[in-house]
Amino acid sequence: MNETPLIPAGVKRCSKWQFSLWMGAVTAVLIWGIYAMFLIWYKGLNQTNMNDAYGFALWIWADLAVIALGGGAFFSGFLTYIIGKDDLKNIINFAVIIGFICYSSALLILAIDIGQPLRGWFIFWHANVHSMLTEVAFCLSCYFAVLTIEFIPLILENPRLAKKPFLHHLSHNMHGVMAVFAATGVFLSFFHQGSLGGVAGVLYGRPFAYREHVFIWPWTFFLFTWSAAACGPCFTILVTWMTEKITRKKLVKQEVIWLFAKISGWMIITYITAKTIDTLYWALVTAPSKGFTLMDFYSSPTYNIGLLFIEIVLCGFVPGLILITRRGRENSFFLMSAVILAVIGVSLNRWVMVLQVMAVPLFSFNDWYTYMPSWQEVATTVLPVAYGLIVISLAYRYLPVFPQEQELNPID
Amino acid sequence: MKEKNDYEHSKRYGMVIDLDKCTGCGSCMIGCYTENNVPFKADETNKLDSINWIQVYKLTNGKPYPETEISYLPMPCMQCDGEGKLGHSPCVSVCPAVATDYDYSTGIVSQIYTRCFGCRYCMAACPYHARKFNWWDPVWPADMEKYLSPDVSPRMRGVVEKCSFCFHRYQLARNKAYYENRQTEELGEDEYQTACAEACPTGAITFGDLNNKSHAVYQLKNSPNAFRLLERLETNPKVYYLSSKKWVRRQGDNYLANEEPGLIKKIDKQHH
Repeated sequence: MNETPLIPAGVKRCSKWQFSLWMGAVTAVLIWGIYAMFLIWYKGLNQTNMNDAYGFALWIWADLAVIALGGGAFFSGFLTYIIGKDDLKNIINFAVIIGFICYSSALLILAIDIGQPLRGWFIFWHANVHSMLTEVAFCLSCYFAVLTIEFIPLILENPRLAKKPFLHHLSHNMHGVMAVFAATGVFLSFFHQGSLGGVAGVLYGRPFAYREHVFIWPWTFFLFTWSAAACGPCFTILVTWMTEKITRKKLVKQEVIWLFAKISGWMIITYITAKTIDTLYWALVTAPSKGFTLMDFYSSPTYNIGLLFIEIVLCGFVPGLILITRRGRENSFFLMSAVILAVIGVSLNRWVMVLQVMAVPLFSFNDWYTYMPSWQEVATTVLPVAYGLIVISLAYRYLPVFPQEQELNPID
Repeated sequence: MKEKNDYEHSKRYGMVIDLDKCTGCGSCMIGCYTENNVPFKADETNKLDSINWIQVYKLTNGKPYPETEISYLPMPCMQCDGEGKLGHSPCVSVCPAVATDYDYSTGIVSQIYTRCFGCRYCMAACPYHARKFNWWDPVWPADMEKYLSPDVSPRMRGVVEKCSFCFHRYQLARNKAYYENRQTEELGEDEYQTACAEACPTGAITFGDLNNKSHAVYQLKNSPNAFRLLERLETNPKVYYLSSKKWVRRQGDNYLANEEPGLIKKIDKQHH
């Protein structure tokens, strides 16, 4: 009896042993991360190098960073289903998968990060509506549910699953109403991305993070949403490029990438302009009113003024300007350089808004606080990367992720 | 945060610590450890993961001998009234599970250990590093367990704790007043004192109701030498400090090179 193949028709995949070897290597890293995760759950957060000054550390940065980088999902959904950029349908599946990986990773990291994991549900049950973290938890969970719903029809398109009439029709019908979920995803993303900005921005006891008046609401909230919408697509482009290099195939037409890059470029330029205004007001008005000069915040060898330059100019204006010019984005070297810089830029912004906030001394009799993550923290931060590689590998092998793959790679 | 704030008429327990009297002996810390069942580690070398509800800092004027001057600064939780003195302490408003709350009847910021799930957002919010995380399960030497206070619950691994101004003593004083058929809201100054204030051998720590004119803290806080830590952040702490040394008062907050602490205070008061 001939069984329906697991691999979609009309595309070529690597051999089973090659795939197993790759998956074996990635799974080994995954197991290392899982071991560290259980060690932390069993023995507690003393397995980390966090301390009372560094209550927020590597994980919270990773959390904020993956949520920003996963922003490509909601923004491509917004562009495709609401603005009507149909070309982006050729990359949206992959953007959704990356978003799914990022958001599930973020939730996992939060579950590892809390001191009493079994009480994690308190954030929903005993919710303090004034807390930014409460808003983040609610919106994050809801949006993860939306991403799961967006991912399901793609999973159901696996040839063996699609053979079953119920699943086939379910997938078809879910595709039909996907615009509703895309819109819901955009709505939810605006909330949680913004609230993540608020997490640090409302800390009026931390003048490095604190933003006042219009610069906390709506400015900081929109800066975070905006930066995720701007740099998330860059991460999608980067992962697509990496997948193309690994599989040695062109998977998405370059015109689609250019369109996505162009929109991303304009988003980056507008974001970084708004970020510059925010920084100027903070440096010239907010910080001095609390008794700090700008350089007080950058007087450490680690946290020096170079970071601000890297974040705003090198990883902000530079990639933005490359991507908005046709010559820049159509040159593959410049395109990929810009994309990588933008990804570094948004990750650096999240790093600064988490770790530098903790590091800055508030008393003249205190020194800068230092922190170096333990191997358990590194392993649990690498865990989502390994998990992401596994999900992408499985999805690429067994699902029709890239609609243009067949056309771009005809099988003789 | 459901109760209504009556800032001027309710009690606002606070502290005035005279740094000219503090010798840095650490008795306040020891008193606090024993009173509040504060756990300690076998090796306390790393102070950044030690738990203490009051910590003594050493300040110097940075000048070489013979002009070197030293001052010690004990720092408990500041029990902040928050921006606009509305009870929105930096830590209270951020806690996602209402595990810390501002009590409008006393001005004391509580910590509910069984509610806390250890996200540490409050620690990130507190500029005074007054909040400590239980990185380990508390372990006392076997004989010491018999000496633990029955009035204060020990905390478990994975939750945040902090100074409560010995709130259990307030509750005990109220109970006593109730049994003696007295008004529970009208406690005498001596009836409710914190362990650190009692333990201080030089009498550097004075505790009482900042709103009550008959309490010593009411007058002390109005001294020209009084200051609060990081006042410019508008956290409105209820712990005041006294120091006759200008350089000590300057180190209590952040100032630009051309700013004078006294002048800034006056401008801030006018502003409010």
